[in-house]
Amino acid sequence: MGDNPPRSTNAIAGGPGVTGRHARAAGTGVPSSGSQEPSFGGGGALPRKARFSMETGFRSLSRAAGAMVLVIIVAIAVFLISKAVPALSADTENFLTFKQWFPNDAQPRFGIAALAFGTVLSSVIALIVAVPIALGIALFLSHYAPRQLATPLGFVIDLLAAVPSVVFGLWGRDVFLGPVRDFSVWLNKYFSWIPLFGGDGPFGRSILLGSLVLAIMVLPIITSLSREVFQQTPGMNEEAALALGATKWEMIRTAVWPYGKPGVIAAVMLGLGRALGETIALALTLGTVFTISFNIIQNGGNSIAANIANTFGEANATGRGALIASGLVLFAITLVVNMAARAIIYRRREFRDSAA
Amino acid sequence: MSLLDRQAQGVVMTPDHIRTRRLPIAVNIAVAVVALGLSVAVVLGTGIGNWVLVVVVAGILYLLGLFAAATRVEGRRAARDRTWKALIYAACVLAILPLASVVWTLVSKGVSRLDANFFGTSMNNIGARDPNGGAYHAIIGTLEQVGIATLMAVPLGVLGAIYLVEYGRGKFALTVRFFVDVMTGIPSIVAGLFILAFWVLIVSPWFNDGQPRFSGFAASLALTVLMLPTIVRSTEEMLRLVPSPLREGAYALGVPQWKTIVRVVLPTALPGIVTGIMLAVARAAGETAPVLLVAGGAAAINFDPFAGNQSSLALFVYQQAGDASRYAPARAWTAALTLVAIVLILTIAAKLLARRNSLSR
Repeated sequence: MGDNPPRSTNAIAGGPGVTGRHARAAGTGVPSSGSQEPSFGGGGALPRKARFSMETGFRSLSRAAGAMVLVIIVAIAVFLISKAVPALSADTENFLTFKQWFPNDAQPRFGIAALAFGTVLSSVIALIVAVPIALGIALFLSHYAPRQLATPLGFVIDLLAAVPSVVFGLWGRDVFLGPVRDFSVWLNKYFSWIPLFGGDGPFGRSILLGSLVLAIMVLPIITSLSREVFQQTPGMNEEAALALGATKWEMIRTAVWPYGKPGVIAAVMLGLGRALGETIALALTLGTVFTISFNIIQNGGNSIAANIANTFGEANATGRGALIASGLVLFAITLVVNMAARAIIYRRREFRDSAA
Repeated sequence: MSLLDRQAQGVVMTPDHIRTRRLPIAVNIAVAVVALGLSVAVVLGTGIGNWVLVVVVAGILYLLGLFAAATRVEGRRAARDRTWKALIYAACVLAILPLASVVWTLVSKGVSRLDANFFGTSMNNIGARDPNGGAYHAIIGTLEQVGIATLMAVPLGVLGAIYLVEYGRGKFALTVRFFVDVMTGIPSIVAGLFILAFWVLIVSPWFNDGQPRFSGFAASLALTVLMLPTIVRSTEEMLRLVPSPLREGAYALGVPQWKTIVRVVLPTALPGIVTGIMLAVARAAGETAPVLLVAGGAAAINFDPFAGNQSSLALFVYQQAGDASRYAPARAWTAALTLVAIVLILTIAAKLLARRNSLSR
């Protein structure tokens, strides 16, 4: 007897005919030869490939489901444009530069300028407040806190990301308004020489309140994304920095930060996208005034999304079209922000599968 | 003579020299006390603010004092390290304060109307002077809308993820993948406007004698648009974690690819997929804006999602928040508490399920 010759060397029959059709690993990127390839070998033992098999059906079904995403994105653009164009042509003012919003009049007059300004201003202030704090918490969770504390705290942060925005809006209006009003009065008393904090009041339902509520809302999102990025820092890099005598902060600055920077930028952009599109929290907290003003503590402020929620109830056909047009602008802005964020993530392949 | 010896020349290698000097904890506390005292004296003495400003000024003074003291004792680099550490801890405390306030307000204000009447009645015929009224209709609406949305989004999302993981190759799959990610960031109000333009204004008149009509189903469609990318993304991640030997084993037994996916890959990844779906459902249940735009909101109970206005819990909160009645805030807070309870139960259940999942990174 002795050695058995490896049977597979001369068993051509079942080899490529079977594996060519099926064998490929999910993530490894072995190119699939596809089902179009005629099955060869196997003689009469293997069944010939049917023209319409379950395989083809399932494959095209899943392909259609994947394509559905593209269809929806295109459909959003198409339908929003189709409803916005009649309203825009009825507009008697310049849509991009006019500041007021009277689309329901006999002579519709409306423009996006004040709304777009308010949207961007409130989101930017929210990010200025939220990003340093979020990065601080993310570093705390990933590098400072003991494990027993970091795990439950991270869990709580994830839970907070799930709290509906209407709850934050309600809290901002009923509870947070008081402290912010006091703070605004104080700012106005001592810093009214800075244009941001000028004005004669009334204070409270201002861009400041809206931005702070927004900041509290995007905080969990930015925190959990950047924590994940920081945790992925190669342990080697950290240990090398420490071994060279770096303090903990120097280690973070030289090993963690350069590695995590693209991920953090992407997290911030995603937070910005969330803040730009936030509707109900701003509808409940902003003062709803159509002006362009850098004063952030006086009653006022408005945003595209909040305006849609506030004025949708009394809108007629043109009014609805006008709101859809403003939504189209919002869609375009968020699309650009999100695509930029995703492009950054995609450049660093390491983050592709983690930063959701 | 080696480099090490040259460097070490003139330094007596005793433990005192090798170990750097540390700032004693007593000095740390002393700096804090002095900062607080100074801050109280300055702020309250000049009368420029209340205790909040005292705390803020004390914090800044403490950081400066700590930096100065640590620089003297430990050197500049260690001092910087200490200051940043203090700042990071401060960021944590600063963030926890408002979040704790949200939770506390939610519970303390929410329990006031937590009774059978709230869960058993609708807002039909409830005027501004009636203290009763409940969210029964809104709960029905939320359950129906989210349920239908889940029924539509789950098959679509799971199939899409299967395409991306098992079949998708080349440029088309990459494009789909990119736009799934981009779609995750679409604001909910834009999804609402899309369904408003598409379903309510264009399609629904066909079924309703030419009149556009709000319905709970339209809200489900909008929620589907919002849930779809989340489900695709989480399912995709889970499918990628299924070990390829499982697939290869099935192929080796002659099982066709579709059957391998349905009978081997999906069951293996099921707990993770369910986790992702539950998170998406939790997010959809909290959405207000799309429901406001396409379901219209209603005061009465409406079991039919395909005809007539419907409300939802989130929309109920928003509408009660805008109501002038003195009884409205209590209803709003109780509804908010109910909504958060539903969302958090779903989220916690999903996370616990994820922990039991045998597939993990």
